Amino acid sequence: MSDADAVLRTPLTLRGMRRGIDVQKLIALAFVGAGLLILVAPFYFTFVFATHSRSEIFASPPPLWFGEHFFSNLELLLERLPFWRNLAISLYVAGMTTLLNLLLCSMAGFAFAVYEFRFKRGLFAFVVGSMMLPSFLNMIPGFMVMDLLGWIDQPRALYIPGAAGALGIFLMRQYIGSAIPRDLIDAARIDGCGEFRIYWRVVLPLTTPALGTLGLITFISSWNNFVGPLVVMRSVENYTVPLALRSMQSPNNTEWGALMAGSAIAMLPLLVVFAFSARRLVAGLTSGAVRG
Amino acid sequence: MATTANRQQRARKLAPYLFIAPFFGLFAVFGLFPLLFSVWLSLHQWDAASGLASMRWVGLENYWFAITDPWFQRSLWNTLWYAVVAGVPQHLVALPLAYFIHTTLKRSRNAVIGAYFVPYITSSVAIALIFGTLLSKDFGVINALLPGAPIDWLGNASYAKPAIAFVVFWRFLGWNLVLYLSALQVIDHTLYEAAQLDGASRWQQFRHVTLPLVRPMMFFAITLTIIGNLQLFEEPFILVDPESGIAPAVMTTAMFMYRVAFSDGDFGLASAVSWLLFLVIAALTWGNSRLFGNQGAADVGR
Repeated sequence: MSDADAVLRTPLTLRGMRRGIDVQKLIALAFVGAGLLILVAPFYFTFVFATHSRSEIFASPPPLWFGEHFFSNLELLLERLPFWRNLAISLYVAGMTTLLNLLLCSMAGFAFAVYEFRFKRGLFAFVVGSMMLPSFLNMIPGFMVMDLLGWIDQPRALYIPGAAGALGIFLMRQYIGSAIPRDLIDAARIDGCGEFRIYWRVVLPLTTPALGTLGLITFISSWNNFVGPLVVMRSVENYTVPLALRSMQSPNNTEWGALMAGSAIAMLPLLVVFAFSARRLVAGLTSGAVRG
Repeated sequence: MATTANRQQRARKLAPYLFIAPFFGLFAVFGLFPLLFSVWLSLHQWDAASGLASMRWVGLENYWFAITDPWFQRSLWNTLWYAVVAGVPQHLVALPLAYFIHTTLKRSRNAVIGAYFVPYITSSVAIALIFGTLLSKDFGVINALLPGAPIDWLGNASYAKPAIAFVVFWRFLGWNLVLYLSALQVIDHTLYEAAQLDGASRWQQFRHVTLPLVRPMMFFAITLTIIGNLQLFEEPFILVDPESGIAPAVMTTAMFMYRVAFSDGDFGLASAVSWLLFLVIAALTWGNSRLFGNQGAADVGR
């Protein structure tokens, strides 16, 4: 169904608007459509080029439809890079970052939402304030800390420092504060539940929607992270996918087909996940942003 | 019985501190300590290759060196240029687009919003690589579509900068769209109906009802754009070969900092550069909040 049909068949949301075809609206629709085309085209070409050899990509006119060289591109990619290993490292780092964030952010969010304790306001302000720090400030001293710890070229240098993100704590506090009834926690206490048990058995199962949103955000940003790995990873076997792809670029003879095949493989999992979770992700992000 | 209650009481006092301890522990080691260390480092001359013992106190010399360095000045100019050329259109397009989607689209709405959001969740490296191909001078799709002689998009600084700005605009448009949509969703419909009864045109409704009510979100979104765009690194880093002749002409301050640290090994100067950039970001963020007045900030913080 195209956008134009949808609009023509949809009753107008605001009462009193003119019905029928509206020139202004058609122009606006054309803009939205053109915008969508410009948005989709680069993705389309990534997948098209992934199936063409280098010489086909740079033919005139350039290929507009899928070709037959995907597997030879993949072969070339695997010749140049330990690509499956890079993929595994990316998956491992993003998976660990996500798991740790789900655990640690929900714990801290739970504490800030449910307990009264000394310095609570100040400590929470500190958490929120730490979100304002631009990440590049940490690039050089962060590298030096990794060097001191002997973590250079190790995946843990990528998932330990960001294991409890401030944004995650903020999102979890907002959600737990509004979605978990206090009575439930009091009842659990009367039943003799310990504090950790209350968190683990009572609160955590009720926060799955927020955990889902946080998990997605964390996984996506870790999967796409470039500057972190660029600074600490040294050997190509330990590169994450973005770093590996970028290392294939060379001024004169980049294997564009192979590179696009790698890009397509790197993009695909997120595109699939996003297709199923777009609504929740977008809603989760915006509700956090509105309240933030 | 009494001791159990006591123990429970004590656990309840201690528990929140234990729950928040991981964040503060990690932040102390990987956030706060590095920041303080980087202030210290920026006041020293230090060659990374020869160990911490070779640090030499130089006071503000690194800062002075950076400020008077033409490359740094150039990088700062480029950074501000990208922030404006990539940032302003993001908002000029995202807000009307959000308004249009909000008032007109119904069934296709979620699909359209999702599509606009996809670039934001995609690897910036993959995006930069595909744009690198599309913008290629002799064989790229973009030159094939454009009439006239092929343009050397990424080999000529006066074209590379707008091209890079476009890629940044392209990546963050959907993000801003989603922010503005979330602000539009909470506007009360009866306000528009009242405006219509008073005979307000669509434009007048947008100007006098929508715009004032999305102001707090504009403040929030523009603040994020300022902070994000001034740290720009990945797009220019990947689109323009760092070894090529035009690299200095398209370099951002974050790239300059990276180069000073990891190519020249001058960590002291690089730290000073990072704090100078931080000051610029802080000043512009402050200016923005002044521009929007305290009301904007208060509404977002609500």
